[in-house]
Amino acid sequence: MKFTRRETMLMALGATAAAMLPARAMANVDDLVAAFTGGADIGEGGLTLTAPEIAENGNTVPIEVDAPGAVSIMVLATGNPTPGAATFNFGPLSGSQSASTRIRLAKTQNVLAVAKMADGSFVQVSQEVKVTIGGCGG
Amino acid sequence: MADNVKPKVRVPKTASAGEVITIKTLISHPMESGQRKDGDGNLIPRSIINRFTCDFNDQNVIDVTMEPAISTNPYFEFQATVPESGAFAFTWYDDDGSVYTESKDIEVS
Amino acid sequence: MKRTGLLQTAGMIALMTMATAATAQDDSQLVVNGEIEMITDAPAPENIGGLKTIYSGWRFRQSEMQELQMDDFENPAALLFDDAAEAWAAVDGSEGKSCASCHDDVEASMIGVRAVYPKWNETKGEIRTLAQQINDCRTDNMGAEAWKYDGADMTGMEALVSMQSRGMPVNVATDGPVADIWAKGEEIYYTRYGQLELSCANCHEDNYDNYIRADHLSQGQINGFPAFRIKTGKLTQTHNRFKGCIRDTRAETFSPGSDEFVALELYVASRGNGLSVEAPSVRP
Repeated sequence: MKFTRRETMLMALGATAAAMLPARAMANVDDLVAAFTGGADIGEGGLTLTAPEIAENGNTVPIEVDAPGAVSIMVLATGNPTPGAATFNFGPLSGSQSASTRIRLAKTQNVLAVAKMADGSFVQVSQEVKVTIGGCGG
Repeated sequence: MADNVKPKVRVPKTASAGEVITIKTLISHPMESGQRKDGDGNLIPRSIINRFTCDFNDQNVIDVTMEPAISTNPYFEFQATVPESGAFAFTWYDDDGSVYTESKDIEVS
Repeated sequence: MKRTGLLQTAGMIALMTMATAATAQDDSQLVVNGEIEMITDAPAPENIGGLKTIYSGWRFRQSEMQELQMDDFENPAALLFDDAAEAWAAVDGSEGKSCASCHDDVEASMIGVRAVYPKWNETKGEIRTLAQQINDCRTDNMGAEAWKYDGADMTGMEALVSMQSRGMPVNVATDGPVADIWAKGEEIYYTRYGQLELSCANCHEDNYDNYIRADHLSQGQINGFPAFRIKTGKLTQTHNRFKGCIRDTRAETFSPGSDEFVALELYVASRGNGLSVEAPSVRP
């Protein structure tokens, strides 16, 4: 079996991609939280997560996070195959340390938010969102 | 570049100095998660917008790292402090290297 | 004890209702963009026997879903309108015409159109749905190819035209030359189809506001169509919705654009006479 230089390079690229992918796919919730906090203790309070109790469709679930004084807030969909949703980093001109977006939830699960506060401490909050298999037909 | 990517932002036209305003952004993008399969059972490769930033007169308002759990047509709502007249710059970064931008002026009276 | 599938279904619906009564159809009011006030409930039209009050499907949605329809910026369908607006102005076919060649500005010329469709066409002596009228314009006036009845081009154009009537009450004629077609639509509405032996009325008249599994049943009003469905991420046309419903009864369905669905659309549209045109609505 012979390979051209081009094919060899493509294979090398493929191998690199393959080596990187599993790490990404296997990154679980604990790892993601640890990567965000650097292993620091996580407290509670001062962080609000607003999400519906029941989502009529898991494709678009509105969520809002709010943590006055936070530097950044990470949101995880803990029951998704890849739990990462978003990390909001607030700049000097942010008018509040809050943000809203819409996320996908593969099934009923806990949505977890972890905030890094200005003093370097961390707080977290989670909420269960029930995902109904709604919307018949069409 | 994903087809038909169109950014939309809503920013008030005027504000008073130091006022906190609400900004809404929306961009048309499939946000292919990398989890779905096509009709033949093959995995559709991930193709998402992975970062969104909003700056005002070169100072950062918000910088968002985006992951596959963000819904199709990513939507963000957040607040910014407006110290003076100037321009908001919005930037979305696609997995494929494309960059989509939008800007909005605001007048401080 | 003799148990039929239907009884089981009824029992299940009853159970679900008790468990989830807290989220039942509410009395929220729909105002779009802070200016278009929608009529989301009205007295049932006189020729609709099974209902006292008619309700827009919006009233059966959860607040998170409702909010998506209250502001065009948040309505996912709004992202699709640029394409339809381009198509409105695009010359197509042998006559060198676009929609705009005859109808100018869509925002002015199409006001009120959606509210009265399906409608009898006197010249041709036939009933037309809005999609059929659009295709007639394309083939007869523009010399262009007809669009697929429920394709994305057609659904987008239908949404663009419908949107110009937002807030106006649906007012389709049910008498005169369309009386027979309306009666046929009514018959289809009350006919049980499929292995599950369900008619439109079983869910949307007898059991609206109850739950069928996780789905909060509405009256099946079509004043919000084409509707943006979160499930598919696309606009869904009335006939597409009909097809999905009939398929869910495990029946062979009629085709989009068929005489049966045109008759059913006329009848179902008339069940919403008095509700505001809401298209494009947002539904799960």
